Amino acid sequence: MSASAAATNRSHGSFGASVRWLLRKLGGGIFVLWAVATAIFFGIRMIPGDPAEAILGGPGSQASPEALAAARAQYGLDLPLHVQYFGQLWRLATGNMGTSYSLKIPVTDVLRELVPSTLILAVLALLLAWAMALVLAVLSTRSGGLGTALASGLEIVSAAVPHFWLASVLIMVFSTALGWLPPVSTNTPAGLVLPVITLALPLAGFLGQVMRDTMEEAQRSAFALSARARGESETGVLLRHSLRHAALPGIALSGWALGSLLSGAVVVESIFARPGLGRSLLSAVTTRDIPLVTGVALLSAASYVVIMALSDIAERLVDPRISAP
Amino acid sequence: MSILEPALPSVDPVLNPHTARKARPGGTFARQIAAHIPWVVSTAVLLFFVLAAIAPNLLAPVDPLAINPSEAFSAPGAGHLLGTDESGRDIYSRIVHGSRASLLIGAAATGIGLSLALVLGTIAGFGGRWLDFGVGRILEVLFALPGLLLALVFIALAGPGVATTVIAVGLTTAPGYARMIRAQIIALRTSPMVEAATVLGRSRTRILTTHILPNALAPIAVLATLGLGQAILWAASLSFLGLGAPPPAPEWGTMLSAGRTYLVLAWWMTLFPGLAIVLVAAAATVLSRSLKSRGPR
Amino acid sequence: MSAGEPVLRVENLNVSFGGRNVVSGVSFTVHPGECLALVGESGSGKSVTARSLIGLAGPGSLVQVETLDVAGRDARNVSQRSWRAIRGKHVGLILQDALTSLDPLRKIGKEIDDALRIHSGLSGAQRAARVMELLDTVGLDDPIRRAAQRSGELSGGMRQRALIASAIAWDPQLVIADEPTTALDATIAASVMARLGELRQTGSGMLLISHDLATVANVADSIAVMQAGRIVERGPKEQVLNDPQHPYTRALLAAVPAGKPRFTRLSPAVDTPATSSHQPAKIVSAQSELASPGEVAAQGEAADVVLPVLSARGLCKSFPLAGKANFRAVHSVDFELLPGRTLGVVGESGSGKTTTARIALGLIKPDAGDVRLFGEPWSAVPESGRRSRRSSLGAIYQDPLSSFDPRLSTGSLLADALSSGATRNPRSHSKRINELLEMVGLEQDVAARNPARLSGGQRQRLAIARALAPDPRVLICDEPVSALDVSIQAQVLDLLDELQQRLGLSYLFISHDLSVIRHMSDDVLVMRSGEVVESGATEAVFTAPQHQYTRELLAAAPPLLRGR
Repeated sequence: MSASAAATNRSHGSFGASVRWLLRKLGGGIFVLWAVATAIFFGIRMIPGDPAEAILGGPGSQASPEALAAARAQYGLDLPLHVQYFGQLWRLATGNMGTSYSLKIPVTDVLRELVPSTLILAVLALLLAWAMALVLAVLSTRSGGLGTALASGLEIVSAAVPHFWLASVLIMVFSTALGWLPPVSTNTPAGLVLPVITLALPLAGFLGQVMRDTMEEAQRSAFALSARARGESETGVLLRHSLRHAALPGIALSGWALGSLLSGAVVVESIFARPGLGRSLLSAVTTRDIPLVTGVALLSAASYVVIMALSDIAERLVDPRISAP
Repeated sequence: MSILEPALPSVDPVLNPHTARKARPGGTFARQIAAHIPWVVSTAVLLFFVLAAIAPNLLAPVDPLAINPSEAFSAPGAGHLLGTDESGRDIYSRIVHGSRASLLIGAAATGIGLSLALVLGTIAGFGGRWLDFGVGRILEVLFALPGLLLALVFIALAGPGVATTVIAVGLTTAPGYARMIRAQIIALRTSPMVEAATVLGRSRTRILTTHILPNALAPIAVLATLGLGQAILWAASLSFLGLGAPPPAPEWGTMLSAGRTYLVLAWWMTLFPGLAIVLVAAAATVLSRSLKSRGPR
Repeated sequence: MSAGEPVLRVENLNVSFGGRNVVSGVSFTVHPGECLALVGESGSGKSVTARSLIGLAGPGSLVQVETLDVAGRDARNVSQRSWRAIRGKHVGLILQDALTSLDPLRKIGKEIDDALRIHSGLSGAQRAARVMELLDTVGLDDPIRRAAQRSGELSGGMRQRALIASAIAWDPQLVIADEPTTALDATIAASVMARLGELRQTGSGMLLISHDLATVANVADSIAVMQAGRIVERGPKEQVLNDPQHPYTRALLAAVPAGKPRFTRLSPAVDTPATSSHQPAKIVSAQSELASPGEVAAQGEAADVVLPVLSARGLCKSFPLAGKANFRAVHSVDFELLPGRTLGVVGESGSGKTTTARIALGLIKPDAGDVRLFGEPWSAVPESGRRSRRSSLGAIYQDPLSSFDPRLSTGSLLADALSSGATRNPRSHSKRINELLEMVGLEQDVAARNPARLSGGQRQRLAIARALAPDPRVLICDEPVSALDVSIQAQVLDLLDELQQRLGLSYLFISHDLSVIRHMSDDVLVMRSGEVVESGATEAVFTAPQHQYTRELLAAAPPLLRGR
């Protein structure tokens, strides 16, 4: 009895508790960003190779010693390590991410330009993946044994499909063979279809597996039996009870979903020749454009922190069993 | 509600959950067979690729690197089962010979990820409050670069190549494993089983070595099976992006990367190596799911 | 029994799953205002029967019935659509634990409102008013606040009442209650059962399903006893309870520990080979005729020389609660366990029984006070100092399976308990293992099996065998029979009795069940909210309780449990 009394107390989070929760999340987020920046800063200096070389176009560029020295001076690489480090932290804290080695323009400008394009792609793909996972879960619970086996197989295969291969196959079928959709992605509806499907399908496979498991459990539960005994129809049980339960693991996986979407974006944006964060990250990685890599890494770490905080709130809204923030 | 798991009448579950779970009708023989099909198929698929990795010449005698310009871009057919690539190399042979590289990369990456996770998870699970807190923060940072991002950042620092790919994929998968291992160890540490052993007068080290670690390892085997498929997938993605194994090597991701150029001309160069990845990853998932449901409790 | 058409008439009901018969040839009727109790142990088919009556036997089931009249309608061959019009409106179903039987994600007001909305005709405002009325009817205070809460935020008793409210929203002619009070504490169960009894006064017929004859005895008008899918006996309550005809009914009644003096057998003697070979069944009419070793000592001249085997002084333990003040689990608890005797600890959930047991076992350290084992410091010494003395103290738990290493077979499990070294090879201890198995009434071939494949009763016997392996003098039993059916419970209690007499063991016996405690204990502690409210010789406490709470507890127990 004492346990349930405690539950009652906890569920009514006061304003003070919410502020404390927000401060904790904020502190955690700043720590993560600091750690990512620090790891990259020292990581690049621990690995053999001269950063100045990368600025001038990589090891193959055969830059002259004078040019290297000039680049070092320009980017402050000749200063003592701690001066460089704290200088870097200060610049990052004030929103200055430095200049991209390869593009020679400020990293913040690059990011500002690319974020919307990737965001559109990711949000559409996330929505589609959720819709597919839910539809599959609902259909399989309504259609009995064979449907469940079929849905389960479909989910496992979708989750095992690599983005880059799926993109190629889709282009082969819908662009090359049928000519219905363009192989190069633009922000037009037709140009978005293939990349969005490519991103959404593997994600839907993963989400579907966990959501369907939870849904089936809910369908078999005592509360579903109670609802049926109240005269509730099967559709009613599904809509009022099981769907809500199925959404929970989906929300809990949103941080993971973000990872899937961003990794997918690297591949998809490259294949569909679509400008975006992923494609820029890939070219930054191949040219060892450390300021740009740092910029994208910090941006995705920040979005991870925000998404986790949001999914935390969403989870608490749907599931009162978790104590309120 | 399904063929695989017939829904059953719940027979007074509260009184005795164990007997209730036991009380499931056997089902017909055909049903039991049907329930085993996914398991049998996925095992067969994995065995095929493992055999291909160990003794590729047994399954594909043709040299995967033998160039034959006159037969370039042959469509799948009698001469070349799955067609040839731009240099006339046999795709089937290259897929079979490529399983060693792909499986090894996947296994090595999973091994690295699991080892790192085992260290972090065990420290967090046993080390007391402060170490648990410290490891928790490290994991949080690793989680903040989800999916391929951590691998890409690592490659940006360390440069591309097979070794980097293996470590990068291992790093990417480590935090997830670590969190599961930590939870597993904490659950075991506070379990009635350990309490019973304490009451019998067993020392902490003996409880750790005879009860906690062996029981924690079984689920990790399941994890590793599932992880292998995912690691192969990640590694192939990196190879495809030109960050893994260099081109002439018969590695699945690299083959797909080459096939991309000739997508319009030779669809088989893209379709079949990709299918191999899908087969292995899906089979690993099915196998780990059935291992999980068969495991003790 | 009231006149009028029966609200439920079943003739020759058969239910099978995949060709396996679960219910065979079941027939009964329920009249308005009548309460029929369907009693049986796990697997007897009583819950499936109840669900079949409202067309919810579940997927894969085959239901055949000659006559099925539900609330005045012929319910054979009724479509699911028509069933939905009957369910909730004319028949209400109340399931076991409302924590799982009410959707944990939804407000209970919504759940109750659902029942009204589905069979609609009422406006939103009317429904809201009716929800408040219903919550009030089932005895929930502050209905407006309750309606906005979820089942997880309510106590066990409150949410069970909410579940009842959702089932009786339309004043159904028939209420089916499947183990409605099983998950509840005795005092709460009594008030919920009383509330259910009141429903009949409005003319509703009730089918009450339970595993326990004793708990239905208060409310039921007639009783039907189910075994293996069949009704083996049926009749008015007084007749079934006082003059049972079928051997199974008699065995069930004999298994109820209430009113049976210490060491009276509860189960038929044939069940335990150990009993038949070493110790003939004892039927003792009065406690004084058969004194346990401890009593012999206590009654002798040297009474004051007898030292307790286990004693506690002023035990206190608090646990930190999230954010708020500490939760006081145990507060200044004293007890003495004398050699060869049983000290019963009884209390409801959250009373601190289990914390007391864990402190006594040296698993948690008390904040204050100390435990002594054979007069020597026990809780005060570090674990390294206790380890060598642990062999004299054993424990058994409510869920034995979770206390077994899942990788070990029965034999290895016992070998592990026997060997202080590394060897766990069953062969090196085979003689002692067989001895232990025989002692607890298990066949030797069990040794090769995995405990997960044993029945609940067998598992608890195995747990006892393991606890006995190091030859302990004291056994701490924490709810050892709470998860077992009555007849299995009887066998395990008999076994514990017999082992105590044979080996001179002392028991610290913890249970929420008054009748079990009364049957098993020489002395008793009554606990509430971490404190001992009353203690003394069992019979004295039970016949002349001094504390108000003890009286409440006793009053809450059904008459059959208080002893006849």
